[in-house]
Amino acid sequence: MLQILRQIAKTGIKTEPAPAPADDAVVAARLQQDIVRVLGRALTIRQVDAGSCNGCELEIHALGNPYYNLEGLGIRFVASPRHADMLLVTGPVSKHMAIALRRTYDATPDPKLVVAVGDCGCNGGIFGASYATLGGVASVIPVDATVPGCPPTPTALLRGILAAITAHAPPVTPDTEADATSPPDAGQNASSGA
Amino acid sequence: MDFGPLGLAVATLPCALPAVRVPVSSGQALGACRLAWEQKAELVALWVTDDRDRDAGFCLRIVLRDDAGFALIEHALPDASAQFPDLSPLYPAANRMQRAAFDLCGVASEAEDQRPWLWMAAWPIDRFPLQRDFAPSPKWEPGEENYTFVRVEGDGVHEIPVGPVHAGIIEPGHFRFQIVGEKVLRLEERLGYVHKGIEKRFEAFGVADGYRLAGRVSGDSTVAYATAYAEAAEALAGLAVPPRAQWLRALALERERIANHLGDLGYLGNDGGFAFGLAQFSRLKEDVLRVNAAAFGHRFMMDYVVPGGVAAPLDPVHAIGLRTQCTALARELATLREIYDEHAGLQDRFRNCGVVTPRLAATLGLTGLAGRASGQARDLRCDFLRPPYDTVLPKKAGRTDGDVAARVSVRFDEVAESLRLVRAIVDGMPDGDHAAPLPPVPPHRTGLGCVEGWRGPVLVALEAGPDGHIRRCHPHDPSWQNWPVIEHAVIGNIVPDFPLINKSFNLSYSGHDL
Repeated sequence: MLQILRQIAKTGIKTEPAPAPADDAVVAARLQQDIVRVLGRALTIRQVDAGSCNGCELEIHALGNPYYNLEGLGIRFVASPRHADMLLVTGPVSKHMAIALRRTYDATPDPKLVVAVGDCGCNGGIFGASYATLGGVASVIPVDATVPGCPPTPTALLRGILAAITAHAPPVTPDTEADATSPPDAGQNASSGA
Repeated sequence: MDFGPLGLAVATLPCALPAVRVPVSSGQALGACRLAWEQKAELVALWVTDDRDRDAGFCLRIVLRDDAGFALIEHALPDASAQFPDLSPLYPAANRMQRAAFDLCGVASEAEDQRPWLWMAAWPIDRFPLQRDFAPSPKWEPGEENYTFVRVEGDGVHEIPVGPVHAGIIEPGHFRFQIVGEKVLRLEERLGYVHKGIEKRFEAFGVADGYRLAGRVSGDSTVAYATAYAEAAEALAGLAVPPRAQWLRALALERERIANHLGDLGYLGNDGGFAFGLAQFSRLKEDVLRVNAAAFGHRFMMDYVVPGGVAAPLDPVHAIGLRTQCTALARELATLREIYDEHAGLQDRFRNCGVVTPRLAATLGLTGLAGRASGQARDLRCDFLRPPYDTVLPKKAGRTDGDVAARVSVRFDEVAESLRLVRAIVDGMPDGDHAAPLPPVPPHRTGLGCVEGWRGPVLVALEAGPDGHIRRCHPHDPSWQNWPVIEHAVIGNIVPDFPLINKSFNLSYSGHDL
């Protein structure tokens, strides 16, 4: 036990500041506010592999490591689409996964945000559309944001997730600004991942 | 393998490892496989090619290997109605490969089990994607098949269907458990959900470009696949790659092994209820990926290995960085290993869980990392020493317990060894070019590439067409051999231990479903 504690102390806190979204207009704190404003609580994501090579999954896993500390931003992966606000979908959508993907989408409650991840999720990528693939997530379900890359880096993924939230957010008014400054605790204290 | 007793002529086969081609006539295929099996050869891959456009009918191809090298058995079949012999009595892993060969090529084996394997009603059951005259129709809609699972009956027995969409962030597949109480009586896997038509897709690529697709057969093994592909192309073209390129490829391959093993060690701790392990190992893995990005231009080194060599020279500054990082990682690894080893709760979950005895492993053909944890001491890096491994001399990891603990232990040993290898490779790296131009590849010959990826041996068989395009490319993942073994490993275990057992193998879905 002593050794475990020593290792934890020695490792220290590795979490880095979250990246700003693509337009750099909004800082990380504001993104958390957006999550709270749109959802009123932490963002929950259900990941669906719809034919990926598993490369995108590796980077989605990396989001949970202490450097990116996704849960610290108030974002959590959940086990069921019924608990999810957002679907993070990878792969060119193999025809064998099309029905499962559609059913997952149907089972997801509003706001039902969908982020298509990776070159394959965006447009079929290297696999394209074929007898076995449909050529992108948008061919099966509506997509709110895309994150190109093969695979996209964890930072790009984070930007994409936050872009989908921001796009969905209602315009900021003095009222909502006031609300967002006293959110339910979805911030840095939610969980450190360790 | 000695095919002398059958009087079979063997020919040379383009491959960087010792390999022969063994054309057999009808009636000899099973005999040749039986002879190899008696000599302790293992089945590596099985696939079918459609050569009717060259008036050669179909050809069943079987790759076997033993300590002396590889043998490619080629069995010509006059037409799609000609069945080929069932190899599953010798090699149980052949069952699914044979069914997949039928789904894609339309040539059936004589086996009793004729259920589809990669076919899931997305195209008509009487059309075969890898037949040359296959023409997909936009009218074909994804459908649902009715797969016949084997059911267990009796008092209190019930069934748990899991997947294809799983609770975690993992690839899709279906598992059908037959259980009584918490105990697993039987598990049956149904895979094929991520079938992307990769083999067909290869036909749209030129031989010089196919490495990109090969590197995306299974994203976690991109270096292994791209290297196997490049070696197949180079063997066909008769190209000897510059020594420095060989060393750089090995460097990337060992970095890939380190990153994946570190990730697995973290998740195995997590699945054993020890979140500390995940936090620590995922941090170390991220460190490795970041240094990869700096040194190789990509976190997973995708598109780094190309036919002829590697895509970029290694900057000496980055070489020093790789070396320094490995020294630091080795220290951290030793600390964490001690913590894992001494954590009673974790060891309680790991030991005697998901056992595959050496005898069962040999019978079923368990290969790669999982095989080495069950007494199957095979590792292409050690068994066929080539540069740079003939200089840096990798030590083979091995256990005989065959449980989750053994697979964890092999990972610890292999990461430690790979960290040493990276340092030795950086130190001994010869000067010279990092790539050579790939000469034209002669058509209608099959070349093999096979390398020991982190999961096990990855094979790519490549045949060019007359115009420099790929005519047929068959990538083979060790997961084909190991998936069926999980069905045995879970018998008698409790359902909550399945994720841990599954993770301890960490097999590829994409590499298997193609």
